[in-house]
Amino acid sequence: MSSADSSTDTTEEAPVAETDEAREALLARLSDELGDALVGSHLVAGDDLWIRIARDSWLESARLLRTDLGFAYFSFLSAIDWMPSPYGRSMESQVDLSLEDAASADPEPTEQGVAGGDTRFQILARVNDVSSHLGITLKADVPDDDLSISSWIDVYPGVNWHERECWEMFGIEFSGHSNLEHLYLPGAFEGHPMRKDYPLLARHVKPWPGIVDVEAMPDDGDGEGES
Amino acid sequence: MTDVSDRQKLSYIAAQAADARVNLEIESEGMTLNLGPQHPATHGTLRIIARLDGEQVIKADPVMGYMHRGYEKLTEVRSYPQVTALVNRIDWLGSFANEVPFILAAEKLMEVEAPPRAQWIRTILFEMSRIANVVLFLGDMAVQVGAVTPVFFAFRDREHILNQMEAVTGGRFHPNFDRIGGLKDDLPKGWVDETQQVMKKMRRFCDEIETLVMGNEIFQARTRGIGIIPADVGLSYGLSGANIRGSGVDYDLRRDNPCGLVHDQIDWKVWTHPDGDSFSRFWVRLQEVRESTLMVDQLLSDIPAGPIMAKVPKIIKVPAGEAYVETENPLGAMGYYVVSKGDLVPFRVKIRSASFSNVSITPWLLQGVYVPDIITILGSLYFILGDIDR
Repeated sequence: MSSADSSTDTTEEAPVAETDEAREALLARLSDELGDALVGSHLVAGDDLWIRIARDSWLESARLLRTDLGFAYFSFLSAIDWMPSPYGRSMESQVDLSLEDAASADPEPTEQGVAGGDTRFQILARVNDVSSHLGITLKADVPDDDLSISSWIDVYPGVNWHERECWEMFGIEFSGHSNLEHLYLPGAFEGHPMRKDYPLLARHVKPWPGIVDVEAMPDDGDGEGES
Repeated sequence: MTDVSDRQKLSYIAAQAADARVNLEIESEGMTLNLGPQHPATHGTLRIIARLDGEQVIKADPVMGYMHRGYEKLTEVRSYPQVTALVNRIDWLGSFANEVPFILAAEKLMEVEAPPRAQWIRTILFEMSRIANVVLFLGDMAVQVGAVTPVFFAFRDREHILNQMEAVTGGRFHPNFDRIGGLKDDLPKGWVDETQQVMKKMRRFCDEIETLVMGNEIFQARTRGIGIIPADVGLSYGLSGANIRGSGVDYDLRRDNPCGLVHDQIDWKVWTHPDGDSFSRFWVRLQEVRESTLMVDQLLSDIPAGPIMAKVPKIIKVPAGEAYVETENPLGAMGYYVVSKGDLVPFRVKIRSASFSNVSITPWLLQGVYVPDIITILGSLYFILGDIDR
């Protein structure tokens, strides 16, 4: 219950982090099997494991996890657009009315999260082992000039709709997926709404009154102080 | 003994022959049957385009998106405390349970832990959401096979739970009660006793349903052996909750990954059923509701004293990082993958909702079933459209 110092920005685990043999063994096994295809990893002892896979080995790593390592349970697949949004929170509706201005403003540097990354778009997926109760999050970089990756549909059939959603929301192709059709959006919809450079148009049409809720109180500095 | 089985064999062969004749007579190009856009039990709007050959489904294509509200995009412009108001509406029958994994993910990133009393009350409300949610399924499932009475029992008894939820949170359907670091308020006076009475009523409801529905011959005929999901297929489609436990997979996040809730501190049992058919999914859910009432009873008798909020800043900024927290919600595993960049708002939230994966098996599952069975199978998978479309 050490909440008073919650403004610390370290993401590392507390120094008392226990060793996590199960996850370490799993990571060792994965790096054995995948070799260079395992580009990055991040392990939080007793909590979670992330690995980053080279794009070409995406399908192969799924096969490995499902058939050899017992990760039979497919949880989800999605993507992250790491580009900082040019529109911010779309709070200042008057300023944001000119969408072109905002889009052409100098972008902040793109920073990727745990397990690293080199590209704007990253695929994100998670599979579980229901007997050892371990879960693992997989990531893969997808370069801007070729937004495609191999589909997992032969390994985990449940990925079907997840890939369709990811395709329409982020515009990432899944080669080997036979039925990349719109899942949520109407067929003639243009654009990929979950991309950061796709504006949340409702905010631009009508100003958002909720900003008062989160403005710093006058005596509260930048909000980092204790209540 | 042999006489009977011979006669049975003959009548079976005769029935098969009759079936074959019928099939031959109506063999055709096939027909497209459009179900919806309305869920047969009106848990939202889903459309299923079924390609039929006679009465058999050749291909079923669910069409979603009628209720897509874009919560993943909206979370990127809402501050962390505001997000709970959105996610309440994902699975609207068990709203409080939607808030829990998101709040837990935010707490994980902030390295805040709710005080024991808050964790305890959270778990109570979490389980009560499950009861409120699944009770409706138990009534609904009977409607799918033509029995209208049980659903009125369900609505009648769910009201008791909703009253208790309202007494604590002020909201019948959308509590918006969970906070980063604890809960908005403490329990009102006299609530514990009242809730214990309500739990007794809910157990009586379970007994009622058990005798009314589960023993019913028609119900059994319509659900036993229908819509069978083998465990490995279910897992590869990401089925969760009672759907996967109804296929004999002993996996329950409340026991196997207790992150922030106190299920590991009470005695309870994970129910599974080996058959994997519609009936077993119903059976598992019925047992789980009863189990939940027992869990709530245990939790109520032992609520620790103390504060209900940890010390958190007034303005919540979540340190940069990524966390995935998944809990066993009424409809199955629900998780939030939260990416923070140290800002007031999440950078990206991926909402893994249970129903989305649970329904994604329907094209596989509905192949070859008869039209009336579509209804019972969909009913037994138990999804809520808000939970599919997000």
